[in-house]
Amino acid sequence: MNALTLWFHKLGSPPIFDRIAGRIQPWCFALAIVLGAVGLYGGLVMAPADYQQGDAFRIIYIHVPSAWMSLFIYFVMGVNAFIALVWRIKLSETLAMACAPVGAAFTFVCLVTGSLWGKPTWGTWWVWDARLTSELVLLFLYLGVIGLYAAIEDRRKAARAAGFLALIGIVNVPIVHFSVTWWNTLHQGSTVRMFGKSTITGDMLWPLLVMALATKLWFLGSLLARSRVALLELEGGKDWVRAAALKDEGGRDG
Amino acid sequence: MADLLDMGGYGFYVWLSYAVFFAVLAIDYVAPRLRRRSVLREVAAQARRQQRRSSGAAP
Repeated sequence: MNALTLWFHKLGSPPIFDRIAGRIQPWCFALAIVLGAVGLYGGLVMAPADYQQGDAFRIIYIHVPSAWMSLFIYFVMGVNAFIALVWRIKLSETLAMACAPVGAAFTFVCLVTGSLWGKPTWGTWWVWDARLTSELVLLFLYLGVIGLYAAIEDRRKAARAAGFLALIGIVNVPIVHFSVTWWNTLHQGSTVRMFGKSTITGDMLWPLLVMALATKLWFLGSLLARSRVALLELEGGKDWVRAAALKDEGGRDG
Repeated sequence: MADLLDMGGYGFYVWLSYAVFFAVLAIDYVAPRLRRRSVLREVAAQARRQQRRSSGAAP
């Protein structure tokens, strides 16, 4: 084995992952909160009001980052589910299953804030157009993965079945992304371009990008925290978990 | 400050959106921590039970 695969195997071992994740995780949250504060100050206070939507457009600073995260997290879940199904790596199973609740949370925020944005600008809370419907399907996919994982007794079999569902559902990700170009929707097209020039002005754009980074870091922190707990549960009888449990208990009494 | 709260008349929609966002993230932050505490407590209790049983078996 070369150094890289060796490192990968080491990281994949639950006690080592637990230690490293435990160390990184608080920094992810701390950085996410600092960046979030900067981004929201930029978005709520510094950015000018939109010439058509007035201040209602400021919902963009949570709606769009949440929407991006709903797709990004699904992709991360799908990749981990694929690795788990092909190479049977326990850590990947755990990571995939830990993605689902965070992804569902961001999808929920995206749908609710979208609805709250739609009412004053479109005059309706909800329409069954392609973007909104496919995003709702995404929420149901997340809930399906969570439900299937919870329904099967054997944790590893459950992770494999739910991972399979997650993989099938990945076809929905490009559908959500391209829905505004493929169909004529009420939802506006994207104004932020990865390649080429964005059609949103710079002083509105930078807080949005800062928020995108903040939500990514939040996701990483949450993913690590959730995976750590899941591994503790999965490895309940092993020595390193017992040591952690007894140490934790002693720490609280002392 | 009043301008910021009013949001040009859209205050209700904007601030309710932000409230939902923060509430969901707060739950997302707290949930794994509560779970972790209960899992560790359970494992510690089980470890102690086993210790007692093995020390009780040897007279």
